[in-house]
Amino acid sequence: MVAKSRIVIAKVGLDGHDRGAKLVAKILADAGFEVIYTGKFQTAEQIVATAIQESADAIGINILSGSHNTQFKKVMTLLEEEKAEDIAVFGGGVAHDDDIETLKEMGVQEFFTPGTNASEIIEFAQGLQH
Amino acid sequence: MFDKEYLERLKKSRAHWETEVLNGKENGSNDNDSEHFTDSRIPVKSLYTPLDLEESGFDYLEDLGFPGEFPFARGLDPAGYRNEHWMMMQYSGFASAEETNKRFKFVLEQGASSLSIALDLPTHKGLDSDDPLAEGEVGKTGVPIDSLQDMEIIFDGVPLDMARMFVCVGMSTGPIILSLFLALAEKKGIDPNSFGLFLTNEALMEFVCRGTQFTTPAGHHKLSSDVIEYITRNHPGYSPMQLCGYHTREAGANAIQELAFPLAIAITYIEEMEKRGFTIDDFAGKFSWFFSSTLDLFEEAAKFRAFRKVWAKVAKERFGAKNPDTWNAKIMIYTGGSNLTRQQPLINIVRTTIQALGGVLGGVQWANLSSFDEAYQTPTEQGATIALRTQQILAHETGVTSTPDPLAGSYYVETLTKKIENEVFDYLGKIEEMGGAIKAIDKGFYQQEINENAYRQHQELENDEKVKVGLNKFTTDEKVDVAPLKYDPESEERIVARLKKLKADRDNDAVKEKVEALRVATEAGENVIPYILGAIKVYATVGEIGAVFRDVYGAYTEDKMYL
Repeated sequence: MVAKSRIVIAKVGLDGHDRGAKLVAKILADAGFEVIYTGKFQTAEQIVATAIQESADAIGINILSGSHNTQFKKVMTLLEEEKAEDIAVFGGGVAHDDDIETLKEMGVQEFFTPGTNASEIIEFAQGLQH
Repeated sequence: MFDKEYLERLKKSRAHWETEVLNGKENGSNDNDSEHFTDSRIPVKSLYTPLDLEESGFDYLEDLGFPGEFPFARGLDPAGYRNEHWMMMQYSGFASAEETNKRFKFVLEQGASSLSIALDLPTHKGLDSDDPLAEGEVGKTGVPIDSLQDMEIIFDGVPLDMARMFVCVGMSTGPIILSLFLALAEKKGIDPNSFGLFLTNEALMEFVCRGTQFTTPAGHHKLSSDVIEYITRNHPGYSPMQLCGYHTREAGANAIQELAFPLAIAITYIEEMEKRGFTIDDFAGKFSWFFSSTLDLFEEAAKFRAFRKVWAKVAKERFGAKNPDTWNAKIMIYTGGSNLTRQQPLINIVRTTIQALGGVLGGVQWANLSSFDEAYQTPTEQGATIALRTQQILAHETGVTSTPDPLAGSYYVETLTKKIENEVFDYLGKIEEMGGAIKAIDKGFYQQEINENAYRQHQELENDEKVKVGLNKFTTDEKVDVAPLKYDPESEERIVARLKKLKADRDNDAVKEKVEALRVATEAGENVIPYILGAIKVYATVGEIGAVFRDVYGAYTEDKMYL
């Protein structure tokens, strides 16, 4: 049982509102995680490649444009293809509860919506197990 | 403003009040211990009196004057809202050209004179709907426009000259949007100057936040300037640019930065246009400003009043504008979406009401209200209707429109107005010392300032230094049901299929020739609008045109950061 330590924070797709992603990156870094922030406008392929290249334990993806179902599905499929399913995936942004259920069914561990407390995110990240 | 003897008496009385009454033992309130700040961290005193006006050097005639007169602190219209209310806007996107068409016909029948088009993200970024990067994004935030064909569908049976104004928000795609409208008018055989076109067309701020840029800052600056030049020469009734502070505020900027950041950007365009042989009066009267209206009611009202003064002075005193219309900062507000909570969403209606009131008390020209369900999704129809009704209540039921600038003379609001004005000039000076807005953005100054604020604001909430009702105080466990907005999953497929058919059916030799001509003109540094127009007319796509700029100027990419 080893706590996860390296986290890739990513902005997927064309949406450029990055306040949330940057904030979560900083919160996790301040909490002692090694954080790699990908920058904006990443494709699912780029995010998965970065996570593998950086030997990340988890990927946190922020999205606000409404295309979360498509984008997360791509990421999950690619991780499976790359045999990297041990990398945990979580998300943040604006999504309806129904969609969040769908994302969780895909294997997304958690989806944080606006107003989430920093401690919840840190606790979640600390709780990720190998 | 006040006679000396009177001020002396006032000073004594105020000191007495503070020691004996406010902090007096009998009342036991001891205000000295508590610090108060505005949302932008401007310290707020325990009480404001004429002494504060005197201290700030306030002079009625110089600082306020009269509504409709320089420096416009009291508003642009001499009658305030007595004759005409602000324009009530609704920003909403429709997922396809067909739905947008239906909506336009409906609102025109209802007597609307202005039609607003929200674009989807791929269109904003100069990408086609069949681009791999567009997958899942087509039609999500607005209508996808790939080519002139989509414009023909959107405006099928819509008489262009029946609408006074078309509003199209495209920060990075300004030149393409302009060309699409001009090509459509030509195709329909209508004089392009028989309708109005309102473009946002400012992409530098996109590098700071929001992020629809697709090429370099210099490349975008050139393209946006080309639009201003082309419109100034050929379509003087169009509005070529809206300068935007809204997104910086949403991303964490304070009120001072929200005003100073886009002001410094505007200056870069004025200077560029001067280099091209124009004077500020040739074009800047058609500029408008887009700001957030947040919950700190008095600071926001003061912010709008202060900005009108700042712009009037910059236009007149620095750039020598002679036309009073150029001195006028026309302000559009959108209520701050980041002020809203996902928790107890209905209370957001109350928040947007107060935010909108700040704009109205500040004398703005256009207002958009967030819908209460914005923290869940792009607005539903119910959310959009309530947002409009809120504006109508403010306009018709509250009496705030009865006299212009009703807050004028408030010791507190005037002190804030003066303070904001002075600080914006100081901050502008700081940006200019760095070499102006383009350099400051290149260096990451805007971005860094915003990030620091965003982090501090987050800490304030987390540490309960700030109360957010329903979020960190007065919370409930109640489960809220907001009706989900459903997308038609086949809509994207249909749009992509239509685009592929267009690409197969059109005269591809003509497309190749016109796109090549655009490339040559771009490389040569010519004004690109006539060439974009040429390409659009033969059904070259937004993505094909965007690709030329990505090739010639360079594509925009971000590097990863290790934290």
